[in-house]
Parts: sequence; structure tokens; C-alpha cells
Amino acid sequence: MNIIVPVKLVPDLVEEFSIDTSGTALDTAWLRMIINEFDDHAIEQAILLKERTGALVTILSTNVEGVDDLLFAAAAKGADKIIKLNGDIESGINNHALARAMATIIRDLKPDLILTGVQAHNDLDGSIGPQLAEYLGMPYIGYISGVNVSGDKAIVRKEYPGGLIGEMQVSLPALLGIQAAEQPPRYVAISKVRQMMKTVSIEELELSTLDSSGAPIVNRMFQPETGERATMLSENADEAANQLINIFKDLGTL
Amino acid sequence: MATTAISHTPSFSETFFNSLYKGENGERFRTCLQCGSCSGVCPFGYLMDFPPGRMIAGLRADEFDLVMKTDTVWMCVSCYACAQICPSKIPITAGLMTRTKEELLLAGNVPSELQSALENSQRYGNPMGESPRKRADWTMGIQPQVTVLGRDKSPVDILWFVGDYPSYHPRVQLVTKALAKVLNALGINFGILGPEENSDGDTQRLAGERGLFEMLAEKNGRMFSKYQFERIITSDPHAYNALKNEYPSLGIAYPVQHYTQFLAERIDQLKPLLKQEVKAAVTYHDPCYLGRVNGIFNEPRILLEAIPGLNLVEMAHNQTTSLCCGGGGGGMWLDGFQWEKAHARLSEWRVHEAVDVGANILAVACPYEPPRFEDAVKTIPQASQLMVKDIVELIAEALG
Repeated sequence: MNIIVPVKLVPDLVEEFSIDTSGTALDTAWLRMIINEFDDHAIEQAILLKERTGALVTILSTNVEGVDDLLFAAAAKGADKIIKLNGDIESGINNHALARAMATIIRDLKPDLILTGVQAHNDLDGSIGPQLAEYLGMPYIGYISGVNVSGDKAIVRKEYPGGLIGEMQVSLPALLGIQAAEQPPRYVAISKVRQMMKTVSIEELELSTLDSSGAPIVNRMFQPETGERATMLSENADEAANQLINIFKDLGTL
Repeated sequence: MATTAISHTPSFSETFFNSLYKGENGERFRTCLQCGSCSGVCPFGYLMDFPPGRMIAGLRADEFDLVMKTDTVWMCVSCYACAQICPSKIPITAGLMTRTKEELLLAGNVPSELQSALENSQRYGNPMGESPRKRADWTMGIQPQVTVLGRDKSPVDILWFVGDYPSYHPRVQLVTKALAKVLNALGINFGILGPEENSDGDTQRLAGERGLFEMLAEKNGRMFSKYQFERIITSDPHAYNALKNEYPSLGIAYPVQHYTQFLAERIDQLKPLLKQEVKAAVTYHDPCYLGRVNGIFNEPRILLEAIPGLNLVEMAHNQTTSLCCGGGGGGMWLDGFQWEKAHARLSEWRVHEAVDVGANILAVACPYEPPRFEDAVKTIPQASQLMVKDIVELIAEALG
């Protein structure tokens, strides 16, 4: 079985963000990138399937700073092939463009199953899974938290609100948006990752023309602003406490 | 009758024993008397499936794979009590316990709490997952301004390796600020690495992540080589241990002192400045990595006795027999795991001892300790009047 896992790096929320001078995007000067949490689960699910039933796992990611570390860590976990995708990524491509370009590449890899994170916090134009499935002409099921493969079918567990779990069957090839792997993403010792850096090579492929059309255009990106009805509390804890007391008094709750 | 040679694939026990044997003083593993002292003195030995003595027995019996199936080695807080008491001086903590954790970690058997501390250390250079850019934020408002070497570029006499908890933990930052105040009072020309500093990595190493330790050490080593300074001081015994005993084998060798050594050397200059009385019965907790591991017992006591009004009393366990606070060897990141197994905190035993000798203040000299002991104080009704202070906080108080 051939499992393809497209993953991406997203801005790490540990840093405070600022908006660049254009006012429509994040300032990348201090941006620290981290693997999209759901993509990390997609990798784990792929490795679990490989351990259970045998599979060839290929991880794909766009070539941005930090991608090598991500790919070597995935190899240390058990991925068989790691590929980075080159192209005009710096200019800020959206999921529409990425899905179109990746579909061509993934088709050539002849996947039986594609696993990707169900969403990412920087998806401004929809998550990539359904778009990719559309361009590949494959069925898509999202919010998956468990996968079993038998023959040319997969049985998947899909999460619904209210704690409901649906179990459904899908014909392969198919694309699944992973909400959570069956176990938390595993830890790999740094020595194993370093070993991969010495022994495994990253394959590089070119993203063809990047066509961003069909996506919303960002007119303005901004930090949360004080609304007319909002009262902002002081950052000083004592002042904030006093403000709160007065507010509660005004509202008649104290 | 003809005999045929039987081909022999070494078992896990054999391979592992051989690797231990090759380590420093590894041949001593053969001299174990099975006296059981190590298992008896181990603070969590009573609940380990295989306490240290039984681990050695398992190795010899070619049954170490049984040891690898249990998770109780994660109860080891790398406190060196076993290594200290061993009559054969077997490197139990440095060799056996650490190597066992390494093997478990390589096999992917890591408690999840520990996993996130290790991932954070790799990613952010500190186990708590704080922004590296904020590593020097504690210096804000301190006068004269603390020199951050990457920004200020001037040569300094002393490079202060601040460490993770002293940089980020709100309680331990108070200790860090106290040390800055004392250094300034003595007119010391010092600087810090700030955002360029990474975790010393020693506790990650003792938790089985040797590769991560090396990565962090190399990063720190590269920064040290960028700047001019004469020696390194630190308030963290774990960083001290790494810089003194572990970094040199990676080619990163600088003279290093724990701040208690540095200040004790300047006691004649410091003592006249200590004008405010600290009227209290104070007992001192020897941190494992300052005392038992590195033999620094006198300097902390010299400093405490220099404080006017202070009455130093000793707890039942002191110096080489000091009890562990529970934070070492990864214990700092295994609180939930260890609580589940033990339903006891090592820090609570220590706080009981401090109360028993009538102390008003439990003095410490390791950044793991103020939060651990203060948490313990909250759970022990008899300890409600006990305060936990780092030695340098008491000195800063005495400066007035």
C-alpha cells in the first residue's frame, strides 16, 4: 500500500505575531514555523498503518525554513520517503494553488491512501484536503480519528459533535483529513533524527505553475481591536482587579 | 561423539552489559555484592519493580529484558544516593540508570509528560516551551542594565549562565533578580547570553536523551566561543554539573563556578555589606548536583553564616545524605507519572524534616527547589509558617 502524507509548517503560536508593512500578511521576520498539529497526527496514523499492515509511507512538504528537520524527524519515525516541494513559495501561496500543484505530483506517486491534517490554523482559503481530493477525483472524509485498511477498502472512524463516532467504509484510493491519530504522535530520540540526517536523503520535486485563483483576497490583517462595547482591563493585576470590582458593582452583581 | 559449535547471538542483557562495562568505571558492575544498599537508599526504590540492586541482578542473570518491560525506572530522580552509598562505588546513576532510560527512550517508551519537555527543549531550547526571544525578559527594569552579550558586545569578566527555570519561572525569576542585585552590589562585570542561551541539557541527558543533550551543548558551546569572558557562573547546579563534568568531553571547556562558590570566594568583600539582620532559624537543603555529585557543601553554609542574625540548623539528612527534592533526572517533568505511582512527593519528606528541626526558613541553592518545596509546604499543615528561600535571596535581603 502506498500512503502519501502531505504536511505543512505553520507559524508557531509561541511567538507574538506582528503584521507586515503591507497590512495584509504576517511579518515573517520573527516567524518561527512548526508542523501543523493535525499533520503531525496524520504522520503518526500513517506510521501506525505501516506497522500494522505494511505500507510505503511518503511525506511531502513545501520547501520552507525548517522543512528538513520536519522530514528527517518523520523518517526517524518510520517514513520511507521524504520529499520537499520547491517553487515560488515565499510569495505566499494559498491552499488553492498548493492543492492544484500538489495534485499533479501526488497523482504520479500513485497513492492508495492520502492522509493529511484535517485543518491548519493558517488555512485562510479552506483546508487543503477537500481541495486536493477534488483535483485528484478521489473521495474525501474529514475529522478522522482511526483508520483500518483491508484490501481496497478503508474503514474509518469519524468524529461528530457531542461525542458521536461514525464508522464508515471508503473505497481506495481515498483522501482522509486526520483529526487525531489512534495514539499521540510518538517521540523519536534526537540521535535517531541525526542518524537520518546522515543516512537518508530528501528528494526534491518542483511545484508547477502556482495558480492562486478562486481564493478570497486578504484586504487587511490586524490585531484584535477594542470594540465599542468592550472594556479592556489593565495589564497590571491590581488595577485589573479594581476595575473588575467596579464593573461588577456597576452591573449590580456585587 | 562429535561436538558442533553453537552459534551465539548476544542477548539484549549481554549487549547492554557490555556497553555499561565500557563506560567510566564500568568494570565495577562486576563487583556488585548484592548488598541492597542502593535499593534501600533510593527514595522510590520501594515501589520500583526493579530497584537498582535488582537491575544489576537482572543483568547478570541475562534477564534485563524483564527490566525493560517495566516503566518504574522513570521513578529514578538521578539523585546519586545509590551511587553514593554503594560500597563498590558502582556508577549506578551515571551508568545503569541513565543508560536504561536511554534504551527505553530509543524504543519510544517515554511517559508523555517527559516527551513534551524533551520536544520543547529541542524546539525552543527550554523544557517549558517558552519563546527563546523572551529568555532575558526577567532583566527588564533592573538597574544598572544587565549586559546581554549578543546586543552589547563588550567583553565581561563573568559570563552568567542563567538557565531555564531562573530565566522563565516566575518564582525562580525572583532568585535570579536577587543574584543580579548581589553581583551588582559587588561591582562584578558580568553578562548573559539572553536569547542565545539554550538549556544546559543535563537533566534531559539524565532522562535518557543523550542526543538532545549534545545538541544543546553544541549550541551553547558555539555561543560561548563568540564572546570574551574569564569564567562562567551559574545558579543552577544542573547547569554547573553539565559545564564542569560533561561539556569538556564535547570540547567545550571553560572554568565554571556555582554562584555559592563565587560568592564564598568574595566573602570578605560581601560580609561588610550584609547589614540587615535576618532573624530566623534557617536550615539548608543540599541540592543533589551541588552536594552529593560535586562535593560543594561548605560554601553555601559559609554564605548563610555570614548573614547577621541568622541561626543555621541542620536537618537529619544533610550533606552527602541529603534527600532529593524530586526534580532531577526528569522528575521535574514527571510529576503526574510519579504521583500516580507513589502518591507521595519527595519534596514533602524534606519539608517535614525542615519543620522537625524548628526551621522558619528552608534555604536552597537550586532553581528546581523553590517551586517544588513551596508546593510541598502548601500541602503540609505543620509547615504553614515555613518559608522557602534561595541563599542568594537571603543575601539580597541582608544587603538591605
